[in-house]
This record gives sequence, structure tokens and C-alpha cells, in this order.
Amino acid sequence: MELCRLTIHEAHELLMKGEIASVELTSAVFDRIEEVEDRVGAYITLVKDRAMADAADADELIRHGNGGPLTGIPIAIKDVLCTEGIRTTCGSKILENFTPSYSSSIVKRLKEAHAVIVGKTNMDEFAMGSSTEHSAFMPTRNPWDLSRIPGGSSGGSAAAVAADECIGAIGTDTGGSIRQPACHCGVVGMKPTYGRVSRFGLVAFASSLDQIGPITKDVTDCAMLMNAICGYDPNDSTSVPREIPDYTKTLEAGLEGLVIGIPKEYFAEGLDEDVAQAVYAAIQVIEDLGATRKPVSLPHTEYAVAVYYLIAPAEASSNLARYDGVRYGFRDKGADALIQMYRDTRSKGFGPEVQRRIIIGTYALSAGYYDAYYGKASQVRTLIMQDFNQVFETCDVLLAPVAPTPAFKLGEKLDDPLAMYLSDIFTLPSSLAGIAGVSVPCGFTKDGLPIGLQVLSKPFDEEKLLKVAYNFEQATNFHTQRPNL
Amino acid sequence: MKITREEVLHVANLARLNLDEQAIELYTRQLADILAYMDTLNRVNTEGVPPTSHAIFLNNAFREDEVKESIPVDRALANAPLAEDGSFFVPKVIG
Repeated sequence: MELCRLTIHEAHELLMKGEIASVELTSAVFDRIEEVEDRVGAYITLVKDRAMADAADADELIRHGNGGPLTGIPIAIKDVLCTEGIRTTCGSKILENFTPSYSSSIVKRLKEAHAVIVGKTNMDEFAMGSSTEHSAFMPTRNPWDLSRIPGGSSGGSAAAVAADECIGAIGTDTGGSIRQPACHCGVVGMKPTYGRVSRFGLVAFASSLDQIGPITKDVTDCAMLMNAICGYDPNDSTSVPREIPDYTKTLEAGLEGLVIGIPKEYFAEGLDEDVAQAVYAAIQVIEDLGATRKPVSLPHTEYAVAVYYLIAPAEASSNLARYDGVRYGFRDKGADALIQMYRDTRSKGFGPEVQRRIIIGTYALSAGYYDAYYGKASQVRTLIMQDFNQVFETCDVLLAPVAPTPAFKLGEKLDDPLAMYLSDIFTLPSSLAGIAGVSVPCGFTKDGLPIGLQVLSKPFDEEKLLKVAYNFEQATNFHTQRPNL
Repeated sequence: MKITREEVLHVANLARLNLDEQAIELYTRQLADILAYMDTLNRVNTEGVPPTSHAIFLNNAFREDEVKESIPVDRALANAPLAEDGSFFVPKVIG
């Protein structure tokens, strides 16, 4: 048995029975990293010594009967979440040597659950991108086809899960950055409702959109990680004080009587034929499990790309003002005056996509253009939200593709930012509305590339999402397939 | 709306970025394409539609104003590119 291939729940069961130890499991994960990482490039930083020590501690706890669901489970963390004592780069040169003096709340929660942190995963710089090619350090490659992108911006986390370089992972999603890489890498990825998970210690990109969530090998694992990371945190005033259910308890409830909405705008021109076929087949499976299909319309879908690529850069231009070479991060030491130091530091520290978005965002917020761009986008955002509110009056969940095409080739969209932005069309609307969404494997293209089914629900209805995803997963075997690395 | 070279330079200045000739040319061209796409929003009638800045309704989160433990000065300065006497050290502010 190759231990690195285990899911969280399988590993947990074996750990509890004493059939394996976390030290063995963690070693197996690092052996796997040794074997495939030079081809995949999922990690920016690995912390093997720390991980092995944490695994030994976890084994001790389990021996004394004090193990919980995540005790001793090797988890990868996207490098945008602060980890005390472990450098946190955000995929950027400007934070290349930044070692946070505190941990994000989510990392703290995972540590309190005695999960074992394997390392920090690669990402598009400051989470700005859909391919992980905008990392300042290296691109990550898709484990299913090394000539293709793994998706982004949580491409490192998704590739690490798909390549068995960890047992589960944490990503972040601002406009699809968990769901789209999960889809392209054939794994499960969930963006919880905005406000469900504390963002304290998450390096901010677009504050009205950013959310943290799990990337896992199956839906049960997703529910287990959700149990660990969700909940109110006084350190994040945007986290919502609501009770958190045990997400693993409701997975098995059936789908009888459930109404599934099929938004026609997600099946329009430009959708890849193989993707369309796989998603239609998935809808049929869910209908056969007892759900009722209902065609619906979200008429403002086509405006989501324009709205998002004004609002997110606008917020980013403000959030990234803090990188000025004064308190942390890179400083260019050439200048002898303050303003020139800011300029030199930021121009040398930020990569091209980040600079592009800062310029777009600053422009959209600048005098004379605010109403026409940021103001207009914020109004259309309201209409996008109203579309969702309306359909959720009659539907329990919506089913749609995650991305219009399977993973594209490395370099294919690098010189055409607008083409890259348009590839996010099916994940942006739900991000703008703050609702919950999950990507679950639902098939493969003729070339063997994974395809994902997106399930969306109204805010705070993650239980229903997970139930639909679980029932679908159990009726199919896509989640058991692994890339041939 | 079409973005001009001067506007790119103006915005880069606001954002404290240096752009070389090649970058000015590239960003002017790319931003023109991107902003032309954004203009599709003008097709939407938004008269009387309130703007959304936050997706989930939340009341202001108040808390007691209590003194709590915070990061000590040496740790707060640990990542500073240059620090002296318990302070961040920067080049001269007024030239």
C-alpha cells in the first residue's frame, strides 16, 4: 500500500487503529515529493524536519487515545497564509524572505487539530492568476499532463493533492482560485460562503471576495477540513458568528426532492464539447439519484468578468499599497529619498501581472473614472447577486461547469491577459455574490484531462453542496482515478 | 473610453511604480483592450441600483476596548529591511 495515496479519512482510520503511524505517513509523503516534485513544482517551501517532529507528536497523542480527525494528517498550505516561523512568500519576490511573526487563524486551527504541515504551495503572485504561471519562482505543472497548467491561483495546492504530495490541502478563492485548479487537477475544491472562514493572517488580495477553503482527494475529506477551518473568529470582523454543523454528518442524506437549477448561461457558446458532455452526464446522474432538474437563467452572467476585473484589481491596488519596503519584505537599496525607494522597491518586487492589476485598479478608482468603472461595477455586482437570490427561491443548488475548457497549455494565455481573465467566467459570478461553491471531478476529456462539475448553493448552505457532491461521487468513480506520473 | 500613454504614466505615479518605455507601451496597449472589454458594462441599465461592496450582510462588529497582548517590538521589527533603535529606518523623507 502506498501511504501517500490515502485520503484523509482513510489515513485517519488507519492511524486510529494503530495500523500506521503519522511518522510513516509523513515520510511516505516526503518520499513522494522527492520522487515527483521536480516535475510538478507544487511547493515553494518544504518543512520536512518540522513535519517529522509534528508527526511524532501526533503519534504520541494517538497512542494516548487523544487523536482527533486530523491528528497526524499531512496537509499542504497555500503560501498566502501566514505561518509563524515558516516563510510566506505569496509567490512574490517582494515577500521572498518574509517570515511571519504569527500564524493565520486557519493554520492555528489546523495545528490545534494536530495536523502536520508539509510545506507552502506555489501560487500566482498574490493569488492573481488562473494558471500559477504568475508565480515569481516557477510554474507548477498539471500532474495529468506536464505540458499543461494546473489552474490557479491555488495551482500548487491542487497539484500537490492530485500528485499525492500531501494528503489534503488548503487554498484560497477570490474569483475561482480553489474551484478551477481543483477542476483541472481532478480533485475536490470548495469555496465556502464569504464570511464562513476566518481570514486573519491571510495576505489580502481583494477583501470583499477572498475566502479560504479545502482542496482534497474526495468529498468526505473536504467535509472533514471544513469542520476544522470554519467558524467565527474575533480577529476577523468579516467572519460570521453562525453555528457550524458537523459537515460529515449530512453527506449521506439522499437527494430525493432536491431541485437542481441548470443555468443556461453556463452552457452557452464557447463551452468545450467534452466538458459540456461530461457536465450534462453528471446532471443526469444526479437526476437519477432523485433530484429534479429545472432550467434557470442568470441573465447578468456575461458581465461578471468585467465586474470582477474592476472590483478585484481596485481592492488589490489598495491592499498592495502596504508593500513599500519599510516594515517587511524586499527593499531596493539604491535610492536615497523615500518616494524613489517606494517606486524602485515596488517596480522590482512585483511581477508584471501584479503591476498590471495595480494599474487597472488605480485607474478604476482614480478621480474622473471612479463612477464609470468601480461605481458601475459595484452596481452590476448587485444585479449578479439578485440573479442568484432569485433562482435560489426555487432551486436548492445550481449545477454548472467550473471552467469552459480543460487545462490549457503552459504559455498559451500568458501574453493575452484578457483571454486569461475570460477563462474564469463560470467561477466569478458566485465569488461576486459571496455564495458557496464546490468543484467535484465528473469526467475526462478524450485526451484524459480532468473535468469538474460545479455545485453552487445559497450562502451558508455548504451542507447541501457537500451532500450533492458526495452522492454524485459515490455514484461515479472519477475521484478514484490518479494521474500517471 | 481609451486609455492614453499619459494616463498610464499618471496612474503608475499614483501607484508608486516606475515603468520603462517597453512597459508603458505594453500596458497602454493591454489596458486599452481590457478597458474596451469593461465598457460592455455600459449596456446594463443600473439606474437606481445600489452598489454592493460586501456580499454578506453584517452589522458593525464592536468589541470592548481592552488592552491585550500584542507583538513585541523586536518581533514587529524582525522583518524590517532596515531597523534602528526600535524603529523602522527609511531614506530621508524631504529631499
